[in-house]
Amino acid sequence: MTLKNKLLEPGEHFLQGNQALAEGALFAGCNFFAGYPITPASEVLEHLAKRMPQLGRICIQMEDEMASIGTAIGASWAGAKAMTATSGPGFSLMQEFIGYAFMTETPLVIANIQRQGPSTGQATKAAQGDVMQARWGTHGDYMPIVLSPNSPQEMFDLTIRAFNLAEKYRTPVVLLADEIVAHMREKVVIPKACEIEVFERKKPKSKNEPFFGGETIPPMPSVGEGFNVAVTGSTHNEFGVRFTADPEVHRKLAERLVGKICLDAERIFDVETYGIENCDVGIVAYGCISRSVYEVIELAKNKDINVGFVRLKTLWPFPEKFVKILAEKAEFIVVPEMNLKQVFYEVQRVAACEAKVFPLNKVGGGEIITPEEILAKILEVRT
Amino acid sequence: MKVEVRFAGLGGQGMVLAGQILGKAAVFDGLFAVQTQSYGAEARGSAAKSEVVISDKKVWFPFVRKCDVLIALSQQALNKYVEDLKENGVLIMDSGYIKEAPRSFKGKIYSFSFSKIAKEKFGNEIFANVIVLGFLSEILHLVSEESLKKAVIDSVPSKYERENLEAFDLGVEIAKRLKG
Repeated sequence: MTLKNKLLEPGEHFLQGNQALAEGALFAGCNFFAGYPITPASEVLEHLAKRMPQLGRICIQMEDEMASIGTAIGASWAGAKAMTATSGPGFSLMQEFIGYAFMTETPLVIANIQRQGPSTGQATKAAQGDVMQARWGTHGDYMPIVLSPNSPQEMFDLTIRAFNLAEKYRTPVVLLADEIVAHMREKVVIPKACEIEVFERKKPKSKNEPFFGGETIPPMPSVGEGFNVAVTGSTHNEFGVRFTADPEVHRKLAERLVGKICLDAERIFDVETYGIENCDVGIVAYGCISRSVYEVIELAKNKDINVGFVRLKTLWPFPEKFVKILAEKAEFIVVPEMNLKQVFYEVQRVAACEAKVFPLNKVGGGEIITPEEILAKILEVRT
Repeated sequence: MKVEVRFAGLGGQGMVLAGQILGKAAVFDGLFAVQTQSYGAEARGSAAKSEVVISDKKVWFPFVRKCDVLIALSQQALNKYVEDLKENGVLIMDSGYIKEAPRSFKGKIYSFSFSKIAKEKFGNEIFANVIVLGFLSEILHLVSEESLKKAVIDSVPSKYERENLEAFDLGVEIAKRLKG
């Protein structure tokens, strides 16, 4: 790519997932990126290190992942649209700061390109093992927004959505991709910049407005604009003043942090469904594995089996509504995933007594679950 | 129409880039293509492979299971992947690196010392990958030659554009000669 000083031309491009993510961030208005290289996310930093200066924006390689997210949080409070990108080991290191971002209601995008863990695991191999870490990784009560792309096109589209959700709900948003989708190259259709919806955060009009309460999603001032902003990770009242002795203050804050996402969950969920109204067998999948499922639908048709499919493009908040419909229609549901039963339990909880839920798991070596393996599982549980 | 192509060799031989160029050319032709890759932790010398699935329909499963075309630039790569080559598939291999031709495979085999000629003509074996692309273009016409050349230009550093186009043309010439 020999682009200079501009966004990608509208039209068809052949892009790597990580490059598409980076280009999507540029369209979303990301003007601050801080990161530390890690396989399989390094291309995001590499690409933005070239592209951000071309567009007069800031990209900085920090000394580690904690410094990266910390800097991004600071930049967000200075009014920037900020992002960092990492993989599992870096995501683990970032957890404390992620909690700080939830507590201080800092808009921020964190891309986690999953590899095999725990710990350093298998650096170059794909996995989907961070689903629950993205939900519960930092301590305390909060509800994260976590998106799951399955193609370079969605790396582009969902990165833009991640920024918009971060700004709209004043919260960190995780783009939870996997090595396969991140390193895959495929056609990406870039729309005209004017056709892309870009959301900007709500700013306060006066010093007297509460920046940490009052409304469900309060306006956010930037430092240096004269609003005398105090920002703390400790329990604070609606004016941001540290207030750790009063249980009522904390209750109100925690309930609002969870509520601002949960009460609007129906607008945040994003799923793709196929044949869920009339199916014998249900499948719930996400990320790279969902690509195998589209082939399973065809293979199963040849055996007179109707597959209903719910693809989770949003992992959290969990799109219960669609899984419930699937559970009511299908006799059983298969949940193929590249971890040892992380979304499986969630599907089981939602399906309750309506449908039997079966896991299909594969970890190690970054091997995708193939359509044949999913079909074999379906045939096995049917008997 | 669906064609699955696998490029395999050692890290540093440009197999990953060759796959990217083929995939990009397919998209230029209005087709669907997915390219994936795998390589070891080392920058050079470990096994590297790049896979391209080209189709006139959306390609969902991104990897090659049984390939129609195998391009092998190392003995190790050939030994590892020849079993996944379809019976009526095509094998293109670098005779400079591959001493033992596969006994099991009965399909069409093209063998040429791509790396050696790259070193002779351009002073560097790294051009073997683009020579192979020219060769592949001439014998199979999976995508248009025009799109492949456009994809080469789009993918290599501009200061090496001329050499790479020459390497591509050389591959086409070699294929013409081998075909007779």
